[in-house]
Amino acid sequence: MMDGIDDSPDLLAEDNIKSRSDTVDLTDTSLLVDISDALSERDKVKFTVHTKTTLLQRFKQAEFSVVRQHEEFIWLHDRYVENSEYAGIIIPPAPPKPDFEASREKLQRLGDGEGTMTREEFAKMKQELEAEYLATFKKTVAMHEVFLQRLAAHPLLKTDVNFEVFLEFDSDLSVRGKNKKEKIGGFFKTITKTADEALLAQQKDVDEFFESEKQFLVEYHNKIKDATAKADKMTRAHKCVADTYIQISSSLVQLATIENTELDKIFTKVAEALEKARKLEGRVATDEDLKLSDTLRYYMRDSAAGKDLLYRRSRSLADYENANKALEKARTKNKDVQQAEKVQQQCCEKFDKISDTAKKELSEFKTRRIAYFKKNLVEVTELELKHATAQIQLLKNCIAALKKDS
Amino acid sequence: MADGTVPPPFEEEDQQKDDDDLFADSKEVPDQSNGQSNAEPSTNVDLNAESELEKDDDIFGGQGSEVALDSEEEVEEKKTVPSAPVAAAVATAPPAQPIIEAPNLLQAEKPLINVSQSSTSSSKGSSAAKNSHDEIEVEEEQDEYTIDIRVTDPHKVGDGMSAYIAYKVLTRTTIPAFRKAELMVVRRFSDFLGLHDRLAEKHVHLGVVVPAAPEKSVLGMTKVKMSKEESGSAEFIEKRRSALERYLCRTAQHPILKNDQDFREFLEKDELPRATSTSALSGAGMLRLFHKVGDAMEKITFKMDESDEWFEDKQIQVEALDTQLRKLHTSVEILAMHRKDLSQSTAVFAKSAAMLGNIEEHTGLSRALSQLAETEEKIEQLHKDQSDQDFFTMAELIKEYISLIASVKGVFHERVKSYKTWKEAEITLAKKRENKTKLELQHKTDKIQQAQQEIAEWAGKVETGQSDFNKISENVRKEVARFEKHRVVDFKNHVIQYLEALMDNQQKLIKYWEAFLPEAKAIV
Repeated sequence: MMDGIDDSPDLLAEDNIKSRSDTVDLTDTSLLVDISDALSERDKVKFTVHTKTTLLQRFKQAEFSVVRQHEEFIWLHDRYVENSEYAGIIIPPAPPKPDFEASREKLQRLGDGEGTMTREEFAKMKQELEAEYLATFKKTVAMHEVFLQRLAAHPLLKTDVNFEVFLEFDSDLSVRGKNKKEKIGGFFKTITKTADEALLAQQKDVDEFFESEKQFLVEYHNKIKDATAKADKMTRAHKCVADTYIQISSSLVQLATIENTELDKIFTKVAEALEKARKLEGRVATDEDLKLSDTLRYYMRDSAAGKDLLYRRSRSLADYENANKALEKARTKNKDVQQAEKVQQQCCEKFDKISDTAKKELSEFKTRRIAYFKKNLVEVTELELKHATAQIQLLKNCIAALKKDS
Repeated sequence: MADGTVPPPFEEEDQQKDDDDLFADSKEVPDQSNGQSNAEPSTNVDLNAESELEKDDDIFGGQGSEVALDSEEEVEEKKTVPSAPVAAAVATAPPAQPIIEAPNLLQAEKPLINVSQSSTSSSKGSSAAKNSHDEIEVEEEQDEYTIDIRVTDPHKVGDGMSAYIAYKVLTRTTIPAFRKAELMVVRRFSDFLGLHDRLAEKHVHLGVVVPAAPEKSVLGMTKVKMSKEESGSAEFIEKRRSALERYLCRTAQHPILKNDQDFREFLEKDELPRATSTSALSGAGMLRLFHKVGDAMEKITFKMDESDEWFEDKQIQVEALDTQLRKLHTSVEILAMHRKDLSQSTAVFAKSAAMLGNIEEHTGLSRALSQLAETEEKIEQLHKDQSDQDFFTMAELIKEYISLIASVKGVFHERVKSYKTWKEAEITLAKKRENKTKLELQHKTDKIQQAQQEIAEWAGKVETGQSDFNKISENVRKEVARFEKHRVVDFKNHVIQYLEALMDNQQKLIKYWEAFLPEAKAIV
């Protein structure tokens, strides 16, 4: 009975391996990256990034490790985004910041309420919270890992110099968090970008493929964002239900101790059953979170990255069109024609390059998305079935035991 | 006039009957109905008398005269049954049995045994059989009678602030004291409270654990009064309806309460006087409040010298049980609430997933997402049902027991009060004796006689005080034992029911997910 209810860490580790193989092409093993260890300190997490490579012309050693923090991952992501070379590529979404706020708050509240509950109850709740904390921890490790692995597997992105530095440079990258000025600057940049996006969204694309892609991605992103939020709420509610079982179970145990009738056996048995049922319900909530919510969340980010790609393309198209206009103007004025021509040529090339890679990237995106959804939907269903069967068995046994006693 | 075919006992009784005018009446009864019975001749008279009784609707009125019949004849009349064979057995039985019961017992039994019009034959038959075993055990006969009560059809009556909800109370019973086997009356909530108050008045001071009535709810009732249609407060009404039903059933289970006249009237009388004294703001309400406060003070100030360990242990136990049950009740209510949340958020998610499925360009995935949405919708209903189960099966049961425990504690307190009365009487008696001795020393002979009288009076009070105390202690023991027994059965049944519901839900869950799995796998 307890076998199915083993600790979540192992299950998560399993998932990591599986998800890796799906989002990342493992046939090219020239550069293998993983996060071999992680340490959670006060308010930051230190990841040990471990690399194994055969590309000795680029890297000094065949195998090495460095310690990185979340900000350095963001730095790396920004470098990719700002590089116009990769304008036509869907840049893998940056991993979310490790957030233990919720867990820490809960732990704090538990500590405050220690006086109101029995020792067993307190121990159980603490255990549950610690498991939650561990799960969140594992998830953030996985997110960071997947990010690196997608980079390492992409034929173009893996060649980036910054990537090399990230993987190899021994000491701190001195990537301080954005100071106030940079934050404000970043804020304005986002605003102009959004305004631009809106403007460019109006831009009717001659190319049907891109037009439909754009429309699809914009709507898809909205809907999936909504679905992610709702899924999160659902799994959280489920977790609440599972946790309430703890209180009921411990109340029953206490009732049993003061009972003088045969009810004490009944209460003890039911308390046991509820305890096991709680673990199962907790697993259901965690699995739903992992398979369903996280899938939605990941593709929310990926579709955002796809949107960014389209935005970049639109931008370059706008630039191209502007260059054309400028060229015409130059031609009529017969001034700086060569210059204008060169600019126009560049824009044209850039645009074509982006369009080509974008097409490929977007189809890959689609295939990837479908495969990932399928895998996770199947897995979540199978897990739900597994847990429900276990619960039925558990309840059946309990009921039989209760009826037998009568 | 009884024929010569009438068995001997009748003749014996004839003599006794002569002494009583009432007997004459009853004699006429057999005469009149002579031709009506189709039973064996030897039991002709009995049957006729019986059928006469049967025809008489008014249990208490018209048959009053027959009560005074000599016990044997009454017994025979009671025991005879329309079905011949049994009657035959009965007819031969009486001669052998000197079943002479005290008239007052008859009075008590009459309500039980006297006829109701329909289908009581089986019970009578068995009671007749019992009779031939030389015993009339009132208790046993009562246990054979069934009573089944339903509270249905809550409907709003009236408008605005004077509106109220009326409920139909349907009773199916084999207890012969009731006028009919199937009864239907319309009652409102204050009627239930009135019933409880009357029962409590009559029985609590005797140590009977009277089940508590459902609580008032200002908030709930205001919602009902305010809302235009009934659906606005449907949940509240449903909760109240089921609580009222359980209250009546529990009262009906109690051997003493189920035969209480007020209880019976509640179930069968068409119109009940408005129980205005149940309103919190009424004069009676104020009085109740005063009494409660007074009681509370008493509890603090009077410390009983408990000689019986059993009571001390029980009280401690009941207190502990109370605390634990309250805690459990809170937890179960929280569980029901969380599950409701889960149900709602699942519904919201289902809609969102459906929208996502609509927009998904890949047909396979789109279909799978739509299926997922449908599955989640079904699951949402499941969670809601489970939440209702949490509430109705477990939370309400626990709440009932918490209020029952309050009644039990009340009964313990009554016992303490009785003890106090007794002890106070003893003290007063001692004082009176002292007084008398003082008077004797002072040779105030005129006052001595009065003092003597007072001593006798108080000595009597002491005796009654003690016997009352013993009686109530005995009753309390019985009641607590009964309470414990029922508690075990109730909890066990409800827990099993709850677990079975949980299991059911999991099975449905499996069905839904199994239906979804091929869809997920079919994504190409």
